[in-house]
Amino acid sequence: MTLVLATIVGLPFAAAMLAVIFGRYGGPLAAAAVAGVAVATAALIVIVAEGQPVTIDVAGWPAPLGITLEADGLACGFLAMATLVMSGVVAQGRAYFYNTGPERRATWAFWPLALLLWAAINAIFLSRDLFNLYVGLELMTLCAVALVAIEGKAETLAAALRYMLVALIGSLLYLLGVVLLYSAHGVLDIGLIAARVTAPTDILAAALMTAGLAAKMALFPFHAWLPPAHSGAPAPASAMLSALVPKAAFVILMRLWLEAVPDLSAASLLALFGTLGTAAILHGGVMALRQNRLKLVIAYSTVSQIGYLLLVFPLAGGASAAQPGAADAWKGVVFHALSHGLAKAAMFLCAGLWMASVGHDRLEGLRGQARATPITAFAFGLAAIALIGLPPSGGFTAKYLMLTSALASGQLIWAVVLLLGGLLTAAYLYRPLAMIFAKADAAPVAVSRSQQAVPLLLAGTAILLGIASSGPFELFQIGSPWADIEGLE
Amino acid sequence: MTDPTFYGLCGAVVVGTGIYGFVLHTHILRRLLSFNVIGSGIFLMLGAAGSLGPDTAADPVAQALIITGIVVALSATALGLALLVAYARASGSPRLPEDANDDP
Repeated sequence: MTLVLATIVGLPFAAAMLAVIFGRYGGPLAAAAVAGVAVATAALIVIVAEGQPVTIDVAGWPAPLGITLEADGLACGFLAMATLVMSGVVAQGRAYFYNTGPERRATWAFWPLALLLWAAINAIFLSRDLFNLYVGLELMTLCAVALVAIEGKAETLAAALRYMLVALIGSLLYLLGVVLLYSAHGVLDIGLIAARVTAPTDILAAALMTAGLAAKMALFPFHAWLPPAHSGAPAPASAMLSALVPKAAFVILMRLWLEAVPDLSAASLLALFGTLGTAAILHGGVMALRQNRLKLVIAYSTVSQIGYLLLVFPLAGGASAAQPGAADAWKGVVFHALSHGLAKAAMFLCAGLWMASVGHDRLEGLRGQARATPITAFAFGLAAIALIGLPPSGGFTAKYLMLTSALASGQLIWAVVLLLGGLLTAAYLYRPLAMIFAKADAAPVAVSRSQQAVPLLLAGTAILLGIASSGPFELFQIGSPWADIEGLE
Repeated sequence: MTDPTFYGLCGAVVVGTGIYGFVLHTHILRRLLSFNVIGSGIFLMLGAAGSLGPDTAADPVAQALIITGIVVALSATALGLALLVAYARASGSPRLPEDANDDP
């Protein structure tokens, strides 16, 4: 068991180190790491699916002195999503960086950074210690900033610096919150924090950590750094930045409020989370409508989709404001995060292929791509279906569960927000789709079929998550705060 | 006033100074320095929080956390400085484009 968890966290780290030394073999090393972690994740899911989360104390030291790693259903889902996204990133990255010349510094730097980012994210999904989460968060942020800056142009460097300044303040706020919790209780393990006697400083600590995480996950109104950063990075890097990085910060936020300090959540506080989420959905959606470059549309769509994640807080409530649909809200938001991760990675990989064939990503350049690159266009369409939340996609399952939860607890306002957000998503994705399927004057350059199949794999999985939703549905329940509650009747 | 309270308050003053610098300056080097000042203040508070009384040795876990935090802050500063040098070479300015009109 230790071996399985050690592989998931350790193998990407080891591959990253090797990729620094043997720069020429970065791509094959990353492919080997993806294969190894895929096997380990599959084994982990099989074990966890038997009904109990898997816990190990690293090096045999139990909490509070040691660090606990725990794989519950939520962690399994996110680990599987990250592995799938990474397989897509590796497949496209090898072609992307091969075509731009193997001697460039960006090519050498990409593989270690991508692998380190992935290792940090896997560590965050599995960790149960607030300070260990801080270290994972920092490692993730540093790699993400470096990936944004990898092209070395003035505007991408500016985007990376802007991202970095916001992220640094975010990490200090998070650290200050951890310090306050530690000084009040002397423990950092999430399970031990949950069992503490509430201290007056706890609410301040939780607020500081929340502000820090909000800056890291680009939650409205801390989102201004995201669109230039995500659209400036190379397409395989953008796929990771949009699909994985905000999810990792969100997982910490969710574990903090729903597992570590559920006793602090007052109704007004949960309504504030919901309001911030709503503002993100509307603002991100409207801004996405106004963009003329495909990568900016996709990046603003990320700002908007992050807003849905925040709705879990009013829908689930905490211990002091528990809602009847809490278990469904929890599973719905996990479905949403996974489906968005897969669909968004697929979209950025599609954008990468079109940029390679057209040379830019302005929307009018997409004219006629449905004929030149039919598989890519199909993948983009499937990803759009998952993002809008049309049946039978994973996005639909997510919206259905969250809507059920909103109706069960009588919070109609969040149900309206969910539906409005879906309409807005359809509106801003219509423009790129209309361009892709429009007739072109000149035939654009075709892209090889194997490259086109990469985003299709990810978008197809996002759809599959909805068609075969009963397995994941039961998996996400395991180890959740509502593990003993039956799901939808 | 006990020693831990004194050090904790000192930490708060250092954090305040750092935030002042971070908000006031648009030069990225000064902002990175301010980030380090805020970080030092937080580490001082964490050290004060690790006190277990006048006659007992301090909590080693708090000190282990401080060392880890210092390593993280050091790495972040190194990356920030490298980015700043690359950015200043590429654009000719040590400020982000939206702050470019500020005093030299």
